[in-house]
Amino acid sequence: MVLLTLLAAITIGVVRLRNLFAVVVLGGIYSFLMASVLIVLDAVDVAMTEASVGAGISTVLMLGALYLTKTEEAEPVHKTLLPLFVAVTTAAVLIYGTATLPPFGIAETPVHLNVAPYYLENSIPDTSVPNVVTSVLSSYRGYDTLGETTVIFTAGIAVLMLLKGRRQVKPGPKRRRISS
Amino acid sequence: MRLDVIFRVAAKIFIPFILVFALYVQFHGDFGPGGGFQAGVMAGAMVIFYAIIFGLEAAQRIVPPRLVELMVPAGVAIFAGVGVVSLLFGGNYLDYSPILHDPVHAQHIGILLVEIGVLVTVSGTMVAIFYTFIGRGR
Repeated sequence: MVLLTLLAAITIGVVRLRNLFAVVVLGGIYSFLMASVLIVLDAVDVAMTEASVGAGISTVLMLGALYLTKTEEAEPVHKTLLPLFVAVTTAAVLIYGTATLPPFGIAETPVHLNVAPYYLENSIPDTSVPNVVTSVLSSYRGYDTLGETTVIFTAGIAVLMLLKGRRQVKPGPKRRRISS
Repeated sequence: MRLDVIFRVAAKIFIPFILVFALYVQFHGDFGPGGGFQAGVMAGAMVIFYAIIFGLEAAQRIVPPRLVELMVPAGVAIFAGVGVVSLLFGGNYLDYSPILHDPVHAQHIGILLVEIGVLVTVSGTMVAIFYTFIGRGR
């Protein structure tokens, strides 16, 4: 509850602030708080990913992007009423959707009834891996993880093409390759 | 940035431990939390940390951009290659059991190899994106 309140406070701060540097730092803090929430929910693997990716890498990349632009956010050109309306409506729909969810932590939800018991019971005899998350990720659902890795690969290649491609279109005095 | 002696000394102390922790997360992922993805991000973060404090050139002398860009597809190739190997041994794609005589041990080895593939792709992608990002600003 304390963590969620802090999350809400940081979100308000991110919305209110115009200094992008502060927003990036608050974003990192938000990720760390989110990681703490996930630890409270016993999802240690996800918490680790959130802390390293959300708080670490994306903060660094945002700071790198900030280095290339201005640190003050421009005043909005349009009225903010329409985006506000869209955000409030989406939030209302999502909150309405949570009303029909089963209570938190209950054992009879569909997630815990289909394949999860099989994984939990057979992970050690099948793969001798005590961490079920790992055995599900790389053995039982290895095909999905291959797809996930391919997604990272594709995203990386796409970003590299976008960032590096423009260099060759405009040959000028700054054509110096990065490797030099 | 380069003259900041506190950062440089602190970084020299920290970086080996970051690498050791990344490898721990990688190879201990079967027993504790973590795995290839988290370890890859940590290894990538180590290179980024080094580049921020000691400058891009120093980092690129240790981890050249060509190597990093090679790592991006290499990890996927390792992952998919393990699948092909299990096909060659007569199993299903990405079913590691037939690789060794003991299917349980084979599963363990297969998971380890696949996680290495994930590590290589993730760390390569992170560092490659960082290199191009910072390289633009100069």
